[in-house]
Amino acid sequence: MTVKELANAFDYEILCLPDEAREIRGGYAGDLLSWVMGKLDADSAWVTIMSNVNIIAVATLTDPSCIILSEGVSPDEGVLARAEQQGINLLSAKKTTFEVCADLASML
Amino acid sequence: MDKVNFHFEIDGENFTSAGEASVRIKKMLREMGFTPEIIRRVSVAMYEGEINMVIHANGGEADVNVFCDRIEIILADRGPGIPNIDLAMQEGYSTAPDNIRSLGFGAGMGLPNMKRYTDDMKIESEVGKGTTIVMTVNV
Ligand SMILES: Nc1ncnc2c1ncn2[C@@H]1O[C@H](COP(=O)(O)OP(=O)(O)OP(=O)(O)O)[C@@H](O)[C@H]1O
Ligand SMILES: [Mg+2]
Repeated sequence: MTVKELANAFDYEILCLPDEAREIRGGYAGDLLSWVMGKLDADSAWVTIMSNVNIIAVATLTDPSCIILSEGVSPDEGVLARAEQQGINLLSAKKTTFEVCADLASML
Repeated sequence: MDKVNFHFEIDGENFTSAGEASVRIKKMLREMGFTPEIIRRVSVAMYEGEINMVIHANGGEADVNVFCDRIEIILADRGPGIPNIDLAMQEGYSTAPDNIRSLGFGAGMGLPNMKRYTDDMKIESEVGKGTTIVMTVNV
C-alpha cells in the first residue's frame, strides 16, 4: 500500500506528500523521540502526537514512509516547510493513535 | 591511513535546527555509497549525541572521520559534564527539564541508543569542564 492509498482509504488529511508513491511496509507508534530513533524501521508509517519540528529530523534519519499525526494534532509552524524540503510525507488523522494503528494493521 | 573528515559546530541555542549535522552526515554517507544499515547506525548514534550536546551542554563540536574500515564520531562539549556515567548510561535515566520533555526528549534512551548502534563507545567527562564521546562503527 502506498502512502496515498492509505490516506485515501481512511480519509486522513494530506498535509504534504513530496514522495506519494512511497510504500508502507510496517508501522510504529511513539512520542518519545529517542524510543522512536531506536525502534522505527525504514519504510514504516510513524504514528505520533508530537508536532514540533524535531519530528522531521527524526524522520529524515530513520526514513519512515510517512508520519501520521494522530488525535487531530496539527503541526507546529515551520514543520510543513521542513517536511516538504526533506521529502517527508506528512498526514494527519482525527482518530486516536490506537485507531490509526488498527487502520494500518488492517492494510498490511 | 587515509581518512575523510567532516567537522560541525553544534549550536546550543537552536532547537529548531538540532540534528542538522546528523542529517548532513547521513546524506554524505549515502553519496559515499555506504549500506543503509551502516548509515542508520551512524546517523542515529550521532543524532542522539548531537541532541544531548544541545539539550545538556549548550552545544559543542562534532567530527566524523571516515576511514576505509570504520567510521568514527567524536562529540566534544564544554558543558557541565556527567557526574555519574554508569547512571547516565541506564535506560530511562534523564535530567532533561520539563520544557525539553514536552518536545519529546528526555526518555533517557539517547546514550543507550548510542551504545547499541555503535561497535565501540568511550565517554570522558569532567564535572564543570565538559564531555567528549568517541563512537566507532566498523564498516
Ligand atoms: N553531553 C552531555 N553533557 C552533560 N550531560 C549529559 C550529556 N549527555 C548526556 N548527559 C546526561 O546523561 C543523561 C542521559 O542521557 P540520554 O541521552 O540517555 O537521555 P536524555 O538526553 O535525558 O533523554 P533522551 O536522549 O531519551 O531524549 C542526561 O539526562 C544528562 O543528565
Ligand atoms: Mg539524549
